[in-house]
Amino acid sequence: MKPAPFRYHAPRTEAEALSLLAALAPEEGRVIAGGQSLVPAMALRIARPSHLVDINNVAGFDRLAVEDGWLRVGPLVRHAALGEGAVPGPLGRLLEAVRGHIAHLPIRTRGTVCGSLANADPASEWCLLATTLGARFHARSLRGERVIEADAFFGGFMTTALAPDEILVELRLPVLSDAARTGFHEFSRRAGDFAQAAALAVLELREGVIAAPRLGLGAVEDRPRRLREAEALLAGRAPSEALFHEAAATARTGLVPMDEDPYRLDLAETVIRRALSAAAGMPAP
Amino acid sequence: MSDAMHDFTLTVNGQAYAIRVEARRTLADALREDCGLTGTHLGCEHGVCGACTVLMDGQPVRACLLFAVQAEGRAIRTVEGLAEGGALNPLQRAFAENHALQCGYCTPGFLMLGTAILETDPSISDEALVEALSSNLCRCTGYANIARAIRAAADAMSTEGAT
Ligand SMILES: Cc1cc2nc3c(=O)[nH]c(=O)nc-3n(C[C@H](O)[C@H](O)[C@H](O)COP(=O)(O)OP(=O)(O)OC[C@H]3O[C@@H](n4cnc5c(N)ncnc54)[C@H](O)[C@@H]3O)c2cc1C
Ligand code: FES
Ligand code: FES
Repeated sequence: MKPAPFRYHAPRTEAEALSLLAALAPEEGRVIAGGQSLVPAMALRIARPSHLVDINNVAGFDRLAVEDGWLRVGPLVRHAALGEGAVPGPLGRLLEAVRGHIAHLPIRTRGTVCGSLANADPASEWCLLATTLGARFHARSLRGERVIEADAFFGGFMTTALAPDEILVELRLPVLSDAARTGFHEFSRRAGDFAQAAALAVLELREGVIAAPRLGLGAVEDRPRRLREAEALLAGRAPSEALFHEAAATARTGLVPMDEDPYRLDLAETVIRRALSAAAGMPAP
Repeated sequence: MSDAMHDFTLTVNGQAYAIRVEARRTLADALREDCGLTGTHLGCEHGVCGACTVLMDGQPVRACLLFAVQAEGRAIRTVEGLAEGGALNPLQRAFAENHALQCGYCTPGFLMLGTAILETDPSISDEALVEALSSNLCRCTGYANIARAIRAAADAMSTEGAT
């Protein structure tokens, strides 16, 4: 349970971090942020990076700000930083609720939001949230900056569109309108453990019917997915248990779960119905 | 792969320790092997059990998921720093009085987690306390007495503070 040897680098500026990564990525050099996924993988020798570029001392990487309708999350924003009113409005309340499902206090003080996205665990709550809300991913390398849209960021099991020399320098989440209602539901076997299935619903109720619905599912397929067919079915309809059943059944037919276990699909339907009910302010089915 | 050595100072419980370690040396191993502070225990060495929990700049962290080089310039607190002048502190006393340990393997981790909880949220709700304690594993006690001890210490400290 001891990591293999590696060389350690601790840049203080973004420019220095990008140059180090450009030079070391071809030799299996990796970024380390919170280390809460990478270090366990190194202890188990699943990961054996030859160099670590530690971004924990990079000035400005802990920025968290709302600007022009987007919440901008820098690479050193820890899970713990998204609690108790850190971000205003429905988005802030959603982030705080979702954060409560991620690991435990001593892991949340170190682990980062951007690290979770780069790690792309199919069960990651932040990956589900970014997919459902239509986040933008800003990646930078010595070659320049590019913006990756949510639909293109996750490429499969623990795989992203990031190149080895790129740092995810910012996640942008669209600020939700004051009328937005959100519901998140996760099933996991133990508190703080990874989800077996998780769903997020964001919608508005206008004159009794659902408007602007967004629905996402995590931990079932090899990457989080936005359930667009179910969204189309929900739009313009009055919320009811029967409608949410129908939406969950529609979502189920298109799923390609990581395991063949039908239990996974049953769980998917359940978390979808519960997330929708929570968003609509109805009791949990 | 050359395993370059790093020379630096770790500050643990207010005391400076000059150490020389490989980059891959975890903070937990450095505390035990290089500083001789064996109070911090290792259970799983991959972030699951919480036995290695210490405080870094006042925040609870898993010492098995940090490299010692990353702790340079930071204030580390371990279980050895809790007792005051050779006497158990209120949290340690509460653990003893409430039978919050049996074999004691998990105890250093729970004491440091409990210290963080008492320092950041002394009037924590029962629900939040149980959630916070789910961070660490104990194979002996069944957790109820650990929660009771932390609550008792919080009560003892608030009456002390009031007088
Ligand atoms: C016991 C335990 C329980 C956990 N439970 C959960 C859970 O329920 N839900 C959950 O989502 N997570 C959970 N985690 C994982 C935790 O949330 C991690 O913090 C997170 O997955 C990774 O973030 P990090 O900052 O620690 O990244 P690191 O471990 O430092 O890095 C992870 C990967 O991302 C890369 N990387 C990191 N930051 C960047 C960046 N800015 N740009 C490019 N690449 C980057 C690294 O090179 C590495 O490949 C758990 C961890 C533990 C130990
Ligand atoms: S030894 Fe660090 S969490 Fe188990
Ligand atoms: S007292 Fe034995 S593991 Fe907790």
